[in-house]
Amino acid sequence: MIVAEQKSLDEIKSLIGSANKVLVVGCGTCVTVCFAGGSREAAIMSSSLRMSSKLDGVPRNVSDVTVQRQCEWEYLDTISKQVEEADIVLSLGCGIGVQAIAEHFPNTWVVPGLNTTFMGLPLEQGVWAERCAACGDCILGLTGGICPIARCSKSLLNGPCGGSEDGHCEIDPEIPCAWQLIYDRLSSMDKLDVLMELQAPKNWQTSRDGGPRKIIREDLRLVGEEE
Amino acid sequence: MVDTDSYQIVAYCCEHCAYGAADLAGGLRLQYPPEVKIVLIPCTGKIDTLMVLHAFEAGIDGVMVAGCLPGDCHYLEGNENANRRIERIKNLLEQIGLEPERVNMYNLSSAMAGEFTVIVEETTNKIISIGKNPLLEERLR
Ligand code: SF4
Ligand code: SF4
Repeated sequence: MIVAEQKSLDEIKSLIGSANKVLVVGCGTCVTVCFAGGSREAAIMSSSLRMSSKLDGVPRNVSDVTVQRQCEWEYLDTISKQVEEADIVLSLGCGIGVQAIAEHFPNTWVVPGLNTTFMGLPLEQGVWAERCAACGDCILGLTGGICPIARCSKSLLNGPCGGSEDGHCEIDPEIPCAWQLIYDRLSSMDKLDVLMELQAPKNWQTSRDGGPRKIIREDLRLVGEEE
Repeated sequence: MVDTDSYQIVAYCCEHCAYGAADLAGGLRLQYPPEVKIVLIPCTGKIDTLMVLHAFEAGIDGVMVAGCLPGDCHYLEGNENANRRIERIKNLLEQIGLEPERVNMYNLSSAMAGEFTVIVEETTNKIISIGKNPLLEERLR
């Protein structure tokens, strides 16, 4: 899932500026399950903004609505009337949701209420950890299902480096060394030989280095919808 | 409707402890400040950030949450989980511009009727010393 965190109320208020009619738009998917921007958080944000604005002496008209997924046109269509009536939209979606609103509603000023942080998983309720950096050419098959790009502080492909100590990374003793994890897992499964295979340099063009990425599946496209 | 003249404090009381203590206090004819209005909840683990924010938005002056003694929660850890949520609520109130001390958490058992009245008095005095919730329209004017 995409994991995000809420910005401070102060920062959000400065992003909203003097706008009066504010629509807080939550998203019912990733940011709901990481408790950053679902319907509950949207309601908390809108209540907080109403109270805070009132105390500042500039009461704002704040309401909230949550769509199933902020990153799909179909769901955004369901709130077009509310969006058009608002002076500003405060998106509690990830960065993709914010951009989807900007793209779908060209006359609407939209600002982010979240800092989109990483792709990861919940280790326990309330704790999330990064797991994938979307490099576009997955090598988990060579590393025992542990990603060195997202989980090694230096994204090394031939770790561990000299900074690995007792299973921890030199960057921060709280961070497990990804390459120690990889080695331990391969070793416990008797698959260390995987590390002995020579690998060609990784092609980073599939990652951000190749510019913004796009996937086209001709088999899925609908004739009437092609741009 | 919120009475704008007197202080209004909501006490969210767990049915397995504080609510029983309040009941016992009533049975024993113990007096406690009338500003406190009791709301029965199944466990303090039910305490929800939005519910408390909405109470403040409606003009409530203070909130007290009363759950079982540590280790005695009917649902094992509801009271301790509530404690953490209260911290978030306090943090939110501070960002909003309201005093975090308007929300307080207590732990007691259903036999502690006397302690219940002490807690209620303590909370009421604390809220009165902070002052009324400035959010009520009437008070903002
Ligand atoms: S190798 Fe690339 S695609 Fe696979 S988990 Fe790591 S970052 Fe993600
Ligand atoms: S100590 Fe391990 S995780 Fe940290 S940078 Fe070196 S190889 Fe990567």
